[in-house]
Order: sequence, then structure tokens, then C-alpha cells
Amino acid sequence: MNETITVPTNGKHPSYLDYQGKHKGFLGWILSTDHKRIGILYLISILSFFLVGVTFGFLIRLELIAPGRTIVDPQTYNAFFTLHGVIMVFLFLIPAVPAIFGNFFLPILIGARDVSFPRLNLLSWYLYIIGGLLAILSIVAPGGAADTGWTFYIPYSVRTGTNVIYALFAAFVLGFSSILTGINFVTTVHRLRAPGMTWFKTPLSVWSIYSTAWVQVLVTPIIGITLLLVIIERTFNVGLFDPALGGDPVLFQHLFWIYSHPAVYIMILPAMGIVSEIIPVFARRTIFGYKFIALSSVAIAFFGSLVWAHHMFTAGMSDTGQFIFSLLTMIVSIPSAIKVFNWTATLYKGSIDLAPPLLYVLAFIFQFSIGGLTGVMLGVLSLDIMVHDTSFVVAHFHYVMFGGAGFGIFAALHYWLPKMFGRMYNIKVAKNTFWLVFIGFNLLYFPMFIMGWLGMPRRYYDYLPEFHIYHLLSTIGSWILILGILIMFSNFIAALICGKKVNEKNIWGGETLEWTIETPPIHENFLEIPTVHDAPYEYKQNETDIRQFQEVK
Amino acid sequence: MEKKQEKYLDNSHSYGNYILVWLALMALTAVTVAVAGINLGGLTVATALIIASVKAYLVLTIFMHLKSESKIFRVFVAVALIFLLVSFILLFSDYSFIVRN
Amino acid sequence: MSTQEHTVTYIHRDDIGARMGMWLFLFTELLLFGGMFILYSIYRFTYPDAFHLAAKELNTIIGAFNTAILLTSSLTMALSIAAIQRNQKSLSIFLQFITIVLALGFMVNKYFEWGAKFSHGIYPGSDVLLSKPAGEIIFFGLYYVMTGLHGIHVIIGIVLIAIMMRFTSKGIIKSDSYVKLETIGLYWHLVDIIWIFLFPLFYLIT
Repeated sequence: MNETITVPTNGKHPSYLDYQGKHKGFLGWILSTDHKRIGILYLISILSFFLVGVTFGFLIRLELIAPGRTIVDPQTYNAFFTLHGVIMVFLFLIPAVPAIFGNFFLPILIGARDVSFPRLNLLSWYLYIIGGLLAILSIVAPGGAADTGWTFYIPYSVRTGTNVIYALFAAFVLGFSSILTGINFVTTVHRLRAPGMTWFKTPLSVWSIYSTAWVQVLVTPIIGITLLLVIIERTFNVGLFDPALGGDPVLFQHLFWIYSHPAVYIMILPAMGIVSEIIPVFARRTIFGYKFIALSSVAIAFFGSLVWAHHMFTAGMSDTGQFIFSLLTMIVSIPSAIKVFNWTATLYKGSIDLAPPLLYVLAFIFQFSIGGLTGVMLGVLSLDIMVHDTSFVVAHFHYVMFGGAGFGIFAALHYWLPKMFGRMYNIKVAKNTFWLVFIGFNLLYFPMFIMGWLGMPRRYYDYLPEFHIYHLLSTIGSWILILGILIMFSNFIAALICGKKVNEKNIWGGETLEWTIETPPIHENFLEIPTVHDAPYEYKQNETDIRQFQEVK
Repeated sequence: MEKKQEKYLDNSHSYGNYILVWLALMALTAVTVAVAGINLGGLTVATALIIASVKAYLVLTIFMHLKSESKIFRVFVAVALIFLLVSFILLFSDYSFIVRN
Repeated sequence: MSTQEHTVTYIHRDDIGARMGMWLFLFTELLLFGGMFILYSIYRFTYPDAFHLAAKELNTIIGAFNTAILLTSSLTMALSIAAIQRNQKSLSIFLQFITIVLALGFMVNKYFEWGAKFSHGIYPGSDVLLSKPAGEIIFFGLYYVMTGLHGIHVIIGIVLIAIMMRFTSKGIIKSDSYVKLETIGLYWHLVDIIWIFLFPLFYLIT
């Protein structure tokens, strides 16, 4: 905790990529406590697991292209959607924005040299890798991959003979990784902000990541104990969730969702922070309602932790409980809506530059709105009774988690990769690929709303012929989407290998601190810690004025 | 080094202070055991929990120095406790009203 | 024309940040056990009589004794920090040692308690337990999981305090740099607080 650091205050210095510290080469990366290197380690591991998750999604859709068996048997299909969920939730969406972009940029955004606990940060990554390996082990070990769904509902998760314990343990370890990241970020934002950076001068992505970090700290332990209890149940048959021994299986659902609902806010909040970063830059306008957006992050974190039982309306709750949770679910939509309104207001009459980051952000707003509104629909009790456990729900959460958080991650990649690596990707390819991804995504998931409404259950291996057309469209959409994702990633990889070098500090015209330092950043981030005077996103008035003149002509 | 005299005083108490708190904790433990022997019906749990909360408060403020830390620490603890409390309340808002055969 | 390189050397030390981080970690522990307390409260609400009956199997004397032991260990822990702040190194090490001894005493008691239950056939999955009414099975399930989890945390605490003893004797923890000891102290106090709630809820509801 006491570290003597020597920092250069002038001269040209190697980037963090070339920096030679105590260890060289490969060891210099996997033993590094530099938040930027750890961010890159996460980038590679998280995106790799994302592709594994995409593969399972591809296989699910392939199986569902027609009724009856297409490629696998029902048991394998169950394993597919379990793994798809476990990987996408625990190995991709929950860590992605905080661990990749939070780690890389949070210290820079607040004008610090690193996070409060750099070694803990590295430990977080090690735990992530261990969790990932355990997840893979659950697939390959004898017993077969878990087939319970990522929700591990009792009693099946106790009775099934598949490798549930490995999967549970993986999630437990990953939860620990998430907790440590949360602890690190809360402390960092409190302790290491640059002089002059008051709370209301911090960038909105910092507000988002900070709120998320609190949620990570407070709710993750609950899934920890819940998963541990299932492991104990499987091993010792204690009976805490077993009705034959007096237990209550619905109590498992409560405990599970007390974490897993806030978990979706862990996934979406940081992505919303990304949106708040990108919109002012590409609309060349001060963000509308900075304070409202900042405080709505806190509100979402708070209220989002109170709505969990809306996943259980049909599980056997009391009328009172259903009513209360339905009401709270309505309330939690309000701060999210405030953000959408403020983003839209920022775009209005702005000087729009349809660069790739903004394209993904615009898709985010469109898709998140659809997902969010259908979420409010699901919060209505009478409606939920009908569409619970149908494809309607699947469509809803993919629209918010993938169409929202996922697209937010894509936007962040397009926005920040050039800064992180000093290499530019092909913008034309990026723009064209966006349309593939956007069309593919909506073709994949929109039909699910319709067929869910018409009665198609979720997680079903087989289905009635009347649903065939929707499944067919959906699967074709998945191919278009995956093609788009593969091209997107290829564009990035090509950029890293032979893309145009970027030397300018500020290629997009951003107003936050990362655009004032070298591209890629030096090891120490700043030669001198800046003193902050202005709030972020303060675009100069005359830039908008010039635009108006040009229009008048 | 010049501030050494004052330094150990911030975030610390005298030995005597700690021992006094310890005596209070032991006394409260004795009270809680004694009270358990008296049948107060539903109040027994409430009393036990209240006494436990007082003990926890003493440990938090004196042994864990919450009293002498900066205000933000107390805000943190309040946030965590409120979250736990609200979760309890919401859960019971469901369970208290389930109609069982 | 070479520019002289200017550098700044500073020591990154943030004791408040270290304590803040530990407090946040303590919240995770609070909520880990909080999840179990939630389970306890719902089941207690469901099976009030069975819980009352089952609690009679537990020995209140040993439970109270263990509570006293743990409270005293919290005292010695707090005193050990006060001692190192006053540069009384040997006293600090001695107090840390006493804390460990008390913690070990707690675990020994626990061992005997559990042993006694096992010999009466009361353990998860046993025929004796399974023949009891549902509420009592749940009570003992909760008892073993919660006190077991707590016991694991005591053991971890013993290891951590032992490490702090070594750090103190080697001078890594000293009168002007003792935040490591403070943070482990915080952890230990939380372990104590959890027991402060476990004790009445399992032993005193007769």
C-alpha cells in the first residue's frame, strides 16, 4: 500500500504498450498492475468469451430454425441455452464495461494515475480467468454441461446429474471478481479525483460506473450465498429449499433475483454512461440535463435493487407482494426514461456527425426504448401472467441487454479503441457493418415479441408449426447479426495489426480528460496531474454558431 | 514526526475507554441471556434483536472507530444497512400475505 | 539540444482509502450473511414453534460463553491497535496473540458443540434429523450452514491476525504505519458482530 513512484514531468515517453517495467514481455502483461494493461487483458478475455457465447446462440437458433430436431437432442439444447446465458451474463455483460473500459479509462477520466488498489485489480482479472476456466470445465467434465438454465432454479438444479456444481462455482468466483472491481472503483472515485474535480464536474461515465460499483458491492454477495447454498444442498442435502424437508423453493427464486435483477442494472448502467459520453461529442453540444443524468444513475441503482420479484409474479407470490413489486417496477423505469429524454434533447439541433460510435449509440436509444417499454409492459401484472416464460420475455431482455448494453459496448469499442491502441479502424467498413449488425439484431429478436405474444414458450426445444415463420426469420437474423459481428471484430483486429497509426490526442473532439493525453497513453497517464476547472462536455458556443451561419447560406 | 503526539489520538481511544465498552458488551450479553428466560412471547425476539443492535452499535462506533472517521464512512454504513433492511421489508411484504391452506 | 528530464517522486499512501476499501469489503460480508439471515427470518416466520423447540437442543451456556470469548477478542484486537499507535510493539503483538488464542478457544467450543450434536445423530441427512418435523430440519440446516460459514470466517481471521503478528514483529506495522492492522481489526470486529446476532437467534429463542 506504500509505493514509491517516480513520474516524468516532461519529455517523450513510451506508451503503456511499450513500457518496460519490472517484468518483460508476456510476464510484463499478466503480472502488471497497470490499470490500462489489466483493461486490455480483460478486453481480450471478455471478447473471447463473448464469441463463445455467440456460438452457443448461433447453435440455439440453428436448432430452432424448424420444428423437431435439427442438429442436436433436447438435452444438448438445454445445455446450449444454459451456457449461452451463463457466459453472456457472468462472463460478458456483467464485467464488460467496468472491467474493460472502467479499468482503462476511469483513472484517466478523473485525472488519476491508477486505481486505489492496483494489485486487487489484477486479482480481479485472475479470478475472472479462473471463473471462466471453471465454466469451460463444466462443459467438458463428465456429467455433461449444466442444463438448468442460467437461473439454476430449485428443485431441478439440485436433482439434475449434470455439472451444476462447476457452473455454480464458476459464477461464485466470477462474483468475487465483480465485487473486488466494485470495491476498487468506489474507493478510487472517492479518493483519487484530480484537484478541482468536484462530484458535479465528473464525467457521466464515472457516475455510471460509480453507481454500478455500489450495486456490485452490495448485491453480488447475495448470489454468492445463494449459489453456495445450492452447492451445499447438492452435497449435503440440508433441505433449505426442499419442500419435503420443509424448505421453500420460491425462497431460492427470491434470493436469486435479489442479485440477478440488480445485475441487469450492473449491465446497463455503465453502457448508459458510454452513451452519455459519446452523444455530446458527436452532437457537438453540451449534454442536456447533466445533473439529472448523473442523479438518475444513482436512482436506477437504488430502485433497481428493489424490484426483483417481478421475475416471480407467476411463482406463487401473495397479491400484496405482486402489487408492491409491480408498482416499484413502474417507478424504476422513470430514471431510465429521463436519460433517454436527455440524450434525445442533446441530439436535437446538434451538429450531428454519424461516426460509428454515434451509430451504435443511436441504435442503443432505439433498442433500449423498445426493450424498456416492453419491460414496463411486463411489469403490468395482468399482462405478465400471459407472457411470462414466453419468447416475449426473451425478446424484451435481449433488446435491453444486447440491443442496449451490448450495443453500448460496441459503441465504446469504436469510440475508444483508437485511443487505447493508437490505431484507426476502417471507418467505412465500420459504418457499413453497423447496418448488418442493426438489421440482423432486429430481425433476430423482433419476431420473438410476436411469437411470444402468440404463445411460444421460451427454452422450448420444439414448437408448433404456426410459430415456424417467426423462428425462421429469427434464425436468418442471427446469421446476419453474427456476420456483422465477425466483420466488426475483423475490422478491429486488422486495425491493430496494420491500421493507420493515430498520433493525435483527440481524434473525435472529446472534452473529457482522456482526450488530453497521449495516444496511446503513457504508463503514468499524465505527466502532471491536471487541475480541473470546467465541467465536462462544455462545447464552445461559437462552434454551434458557425454551423448556423452555414445553414443560413 | 512532529505530529506524533496528536497522531495516535485521531482514530483511537484510551485503553480505559475500550475496556469500559467491553464491560458494557458483557453486561448486555448477560441481560440478553436473562431476558431470554422470561417468556415475553413475540417480544422476546424483538428484545434480543434490540440488545444485539446496541452491542453492534458499540462495536461499530468504538472498536471500529466509526465515530472518529470522516462522515462518509457513516454514510456508507447507513447505505449498506438500509439496503439490507429494505430487502427484508420487501421480502416480508410478500411472505406476510401469502395465504396458505 | 537535450532537455533535462524532470521527475517527481512521491509515495502513494492512502490510509483512508485502505480503510474505505475494507469497509466496502465488510459490506459484502454483511450481505453474504444477510442473505442467510433473510432465510432464517422467513423460516422462523413460517415455523415459529418448531424453531422454539429445536433451539432447546442448543446449549445456551456454551453459546453465551462463546459470545463472551468473541467479545473479549474484539477488545484485545482494538487494544492491540491502540498499543501500536502508542509504539508499544511487544504489547501489541501480545494482544494480537491473545486474540488468536481466544478465537481458537471459540473454535474448540464449536468443535465440541457440533461433536455433541453429531453424536446425538443430529446432522444434515441423518435419520434422526429427517424424522423430526420439517421446521426443526430447517432450523438445524440453518444452524449448521450459518455457524459453519461463521466458523470459516473465524479461521480466516486467525490466519490473517497471525500474519499481522509477523508484520508487527518485523516492523512492517509500526507506530506511524499501522493501517494493515486496522483493516484486519475491522474484519475481526465484523466477525464478532455477526456472532452477536447469531447467538440470540439460535440459542435464545427458547
